[in-house]
Amino acid sequence: MATTTMQKNGIDFSVLTVGLFVGVFTLLALMVAAWSPDPLFNIHGWLSLVMCIVAILGICFWAANRKDGKLFDETQYEDTLIKWGVGVSMFWGVVGILVGFVIAMQLTFPSLLYFEEFGFLNFGRLRPLHTSAVIFAFGGNVLLATSFHVVQRTCRTRIAGGMWPWFVFWGYQAFIVLAATGYVMGVTAGREYAEPEWYVDLWLTVVWVAYLLVFLGTIWKRKEPHIYVANWFYLAFIVTIAMLHIVNNLAVPISPLSSQSVSLMAGVQDALTQWWYGHNAVGFFLTAGFLAIMYYYIPKRAERPVFSYRLSIVHFWALIFIYIWAGPHHLHYTALPQWAQTLGMTFSIMLWMPSWGGMINGLMTLSGAWDKLRTDPVIRMMVVSLAFYGMSTFEGPLMSVRAVNSLSHYTDWTIGHVHSGALGWVGFISFGALYCLAQWMWKRDRLYSANMVEWHFWTATIGIVLYICSMWVSGIMEGLMWRAYNEFGFLEYTFVETVEAKHISYIIRSLGGLLYLVGALIMSFNIYMTAKGKTRKGEEDHVHAPTNDGIPARAEAVPAE
Amino acid sequence: MNYETLSSFAQTWGLLYFVVLFLGACTYALWPSKKSEFERAANLPLIDEEPINE
Repeated sequence: MATTTMQKNGIDFSVLTVGLFVGVFTLLALMVAAWSPDPLFNIHGWLSLVMCIVAILGICFWAANRKDGKLFDETQYEDTLIKWGVGVSMFWGVVGILVGFVIAMQLTFPSLLYFEEFGFLNFGRLRPLHTSAVIFAFGGNVLLATSFHVVQRTCRTRIAGGMWPWFVFWGYQAFIVLAATGYVMGVTAGREYAEPEWYVDLWLTVVWVAYLLVFLGTIWKRKEPHIYVANWFYLAFIVTIAMLHIVNNLAVPISPLSSQSVSLMAGVQDALTQWWYGHNAVGFFLTAGFLAIMYYYIPKRAERPVFSYRLSIVHFWALIFIYIWAGPHHLHYTALPQWAQTLGMTFSIMLWMPSWGGMINGLMTLSGAWDKLRTDPVIRMMVVSLAFYGMSTFEGPLMSVRAVNSLSHYTDWTIGHVHSGALGWVGFISFGALYCLAQWMWKRDRLYSANMVEWHFWTATIGIVLYICSMWVSGIMEGLMWRAYNEFGFLEYTFVETVEAKHISYIIRSLGGLLYLVGALIMSFNIYMTAKGKTRKGEEDHVHAPTNDGIPARAEAVPAE
Repeated sequence: MNYETLSSFAQTWGLLYFVVLFLGACTYALWPSKKSEFERAANLPLIDEEPINE
C-alpha cells in the first residue's frame, strides 16, 4: 500500500535513488570539468556533465508526464525499454560496421583519411573504435535488450528495480559515448578490447553491478519456479564479465585529475591477465550471452521446445568451467611458461565438446520443422549463425594448437577466424533476435518485409564468405612468406613484400565488409518500418512467421488450398 | 610454493575437481525424477502470455 501512495504522488523510491545517484556523478563531472589540467579529461568532464544534466531533465520530464500515477505497472512487462534497446542496437551496429569498412579500406589504401597533424581518423584510433563499437556497443546492447526481454518472459514477472533498468540502459550508452570519444581523442589504456581509461572503467563497473542486481532481483521475484536455461547463460555472462572487467583493469591513475593510469601488473603477468580477460570476453560475452539468445529465440521462433533440455544443462556447466582456462593460447612462444601455454591449448581443445554439443542442441531444435528454413528467413538467419558458430569453434581449437599457431599467429588468419565468429555467429543470431523483437515488441503480426530479410541474409552471407576466404588466403600466405628462407639461410621476403602481396585479399575483404554493411542498412529500414506498423506492398499475404503472444497467426485464418 | 607442487596439485586435485563437477552436472541433468520438470522447463519460451498472470 505504501508504494501505491508514493506512486500516486509521482514519487518512487527507485526514481529517487537513481536521481540522487546521477546527482552525485553530476558533481564529480563538474569537478573534473572545472579543475582537471588534463585537456582530454577536461573534455570528458564537460561531456559527462552534459549527459548528467540531460539525464536529470529526462527523469523530471518523464515523471511529470505520468498523470495516471502508475510509474511501474507490475501487471505489465517492461517492453518500452526493450524497444529502445532494439533501436539503439541497430544504430550502434551500423556505426560499428561502417567504421569496420572504413578501416578495412584504410588497410587497403593506407593514405585514406590519414592526416599527419590530425589523428582523429587514423587507423590506430579507429581500430579500437570499430572493435568496441561492434562488440560492446552493438553486441552489448543486443544482450541488454534480449536479457531484459527473456528474463521477464521466462520468470513471468516485470523486471525488478523500477527505474534502475533504465539507469543500466542509459548508463551503458554513456559508457559507450565516453569510450568512443576517448578512442578518437587518443585516451586509451592500451589493453585489447579494454581500451577505456580508469574513470570510464569505474563507471562501467557501477552500471554493471546495477545490471547484475536488476537481473538477480527479477529472478528473485519470479513467478515461475524453474529458472530457464537462457537465464543461466545470461547470469554467467553478467557475473563473469564483472570479474574479468575488474581484474583486467586494476590500475592506478597517475592523479585523480588525470585521464591516464598505470596498470597494476607488469610483464608476462600483465600479458596473461589481458588474454585471460580477452579470451573470456569471447567466451562469456560473445558466446555465453549469445547462447542465451539461442536458447530462447530459436525455440520461440520455431515454436518448438529446445531439442534436449538435459543437454542444455550439461552444455552450460561444461562450457563455463572449461572456457575460463583457454586464455593462455594467445601467448604461445612468449615468455609465458610452456606448461601454461599447454594448459591453455588443452582446455581450448576440450572446448570442442561443449561448443558442438550446444550447436547440435540448437540445430536439432528444428528437427521435424526443417521446412521453416525455407519459409522463415529469420529462422534461417539464426540457424546459419549456428553453422558459423560450429565452424569458428572448430577452427579456434585448431588454431590454439601450438604448431598451427606458429603459422597462424599475427597473420590475417586470426582476423578471418574472429570475423567468422563475429559476423557469422554473433551478428546473425543478433539480427535474428532483433527481427523477432521488432515484430513481438511492437505487436506486429509480420515484419514490414520478409523479402528484405532475404536480401539482408544473402548480402550478409556473401559478405562473410568473401571476408573469411580472403583472410584465409592472405593469412596463410603471409604466414608462409614470413617463415620462408633462401638457400643461404636468410629470410626470403622482406616484411613489406608480404604486405604488398595481400593487397588483392584486402580489396576482397573490404568488399565483403561493404556487403555486410549494406545488409545491416536494409535491416535497419525493415525494422523501422515494422515499428511504424507498415507492410510492404505485395507482401500483405506473405505468411512466413509465427506471431507474437496472444495475436492469432495469419496462417490460421487462411483456409487450406 | 614452486612449480612442481603447483603442477602436481593441478594434476591430481584439479583433475578430481573437474571430474566430480562434470559427474555432478550429468547426474543432475539425468536424474530420472527431474524428467517432468525439465520437460516443462523446455516449454517455458512457448507458453509465456501477456499480460502477466498473477
